[in-house]
Amino acid sequence: MFLQTLVTGLAIGGIYALMANGYSLIFSIMGFSNIAYGTIIMLGSYIGFFAMTRFGQPFSLALIAAMVGAAILSLLSERFAYRPLRVRRAPSLFLMISAMGISMLLENLVYVLIGGSFYPFPQVFELGTVSIFGATLGFLDIFAIIFSFGAIFILNAFITKTRLGIAIRAASYDNITAMINGVNLNSVISLVFIISGLLAGLSGVFFGMKYMVYPGMGAITTKAYIAAVIGGLGSLPGAVVGGVILGVLESFVSVYASSSFRDVFSFSLLILILIFMPNGLFGKEAIEKV
Amino acid sequence: MSVYIQGILILGMISVIEVTGMTILTGFTGIFSLGHASFIACGAYTAAILTKNFGVNFYIAITAGALLAGILSFIIGIPTFRAKLKSDYFAIATLGFGEAFRVILEHLSITQGARGLPGIAQHSNFWNVLIITVLTILVARNFIFSKYGRRAIALREDMTAAEMMGIDVYKTQMLSLFISATMAGLGGGLFAHYIGFIQPSMFTQMQSSMLIISVVAGGIGSITGPVIAAMLFTSIPEVLRVANLWRMVVYGAVLVAVMVLRPQGIMGFRELRLPRFLRKNESGFNHG
Repeated sequence: MFLQTLVTGLAIGGIYALMANGYSLIFSIMGFSNIAYGTIIMLGSYIGFFAMTRFGQPFSLALIAAMVGAAILSLLSERFAYRPLRVRRAPSLFLMISAMGISMLLENLVYVLIGGSFYPFPQVFELGTVSIFGATLGFLDIFAIIFSFGAIFILNAFITKTRLGIAIRAASYDNITAMINGVNLNSVISLVFIISGLLAGLSGVFFGMKYMVYPGMGAITTKAYIAAVIGGLGSLPGAVVGGVILGVLESFVSVYASSSFRDVFSFSLLILILIFMPNGLFGKEAIEKV
Repeated sequence: MSVYIQGILILGMISVIEVTGMTILTGFTGIFSLGHASFIACGAYTAAILTKNFGVNFYIAITAGALLAGILSFIIGIPTFRAKLKSDYFAIATLGFGEAFRVILEHLSITQGARGLPGIAQHSNFWNVLIITVLTILVARNFIFSKYGRRAIALREDMTAAEMMGIDVYKTQMLSLFISATMAGLGGGLFAHYIGFIQPSMFTQMQSSMLIISVVAGGIGSITGPVIAAMLFTSIPEVLRVANLWRMVVYGAVLVAVMVLRPQGIMGFRELRLPRFLRKNESGFNHG
């Protein structure tokens, strides 16, 4: 039972980690909480879903379509809703409000154009299970674990090893200093939005497969915020660790306490962490200094 | 006045009450809350349960609801303000708080869980809502013109500088949050006694967002701007019934457009005032 709970938690924690990574990446470089991220995830899920059902594409192509589509949407939202504010150096409050507008706009556009019904994702994997040390795991969960941690691994390699990755990290420490040293801030930020869009598409498809595809599914990103806060806002390793911790804890709470208590637990955890360790596990200094 | 128009006006005024509270918090203190739906819900449920289960007088019940919402704000405000959370962190904390509160409402027996509370007596009518709305706006106006209000404005402009001038940041923030939560709770109580039925799904993050949208579109640093915006946002969808589905899409677009094109909103840092010959005295106090 213990092992089973742990493995289930890992599977959902992997998806949380994936979402938290995309969210944290934007926070680290722009310094604002991108509330619209969940909407991009939702749209990625829809793109993947329609690619398979309406256009009859195989799963691999649908996954790529979802990732590319979400990346384009993410890039467009940056161009139209955030860049004008960033250029003007608006306070992060305004960026957050703008993100809220984007999220309302896109989510309700889905309600208007597609409708509010819940769609089950087409069956991609057989329903079979695998036993590992007495814990049973669905194929989908195994696939999600492998893919999300694979994607996180690639992202990490990109951020730490390549020149572009170094530029992103430099800009996340200090936008201005990075610019002075020859980093093209506009293109770095565009790149960050593309990467986070790719992650959003990937996690959207996994999420749709595990549950359903519906307009309100973006609300799940509150869990990504929590994961990011646990790990420390803006820190990528933190987002991964935070996602896994949250997934595992939630899974234990639902099994050993009650599943209706699960969300209250997560949100209380969020508030407690913000109060007692606002930097999370790996975060930068959260209290403003003069 | 037809019942239909009265209904629109009542809902509009209730939203004005809630938005006025948000104006004090976001527009004048510069704090961003994503969890105000929880205060509205607290006021609505408290007032409804008091009148329905205990037969308490309507006005006492909505006052109690407002106060309990204010007390609820201490639960989130005291620890987060004491920890000096930055604006984004506070917003995320309130988001979590609002969601957690709704989940709790869904599982309590006294609130009848997700099924909601039916059969609340409809005590709210045009006149009592109108009077309460006017009183709320007057209280907000007096607050902003008081020394507490000036402190709040100083915090909005530059928190560090304000703190160095000797302003008690924690107390000022908490007071603003308390007042805004009380007004949200008051609006919630009136709402419950107008609609006659409440359930947790009415108080989602969407409701919190609507308050912020009114404040931002109306103009940060203005009371009359958000009041106009709140009235418009409630009445326009009623007038344009055909386009009801597109309403939220348009709101989202308006929000982005306001931020990108006119971040000061309709009335940023200005007020709609009485014509010059009707004003009694010219205080000349110009905030912003």
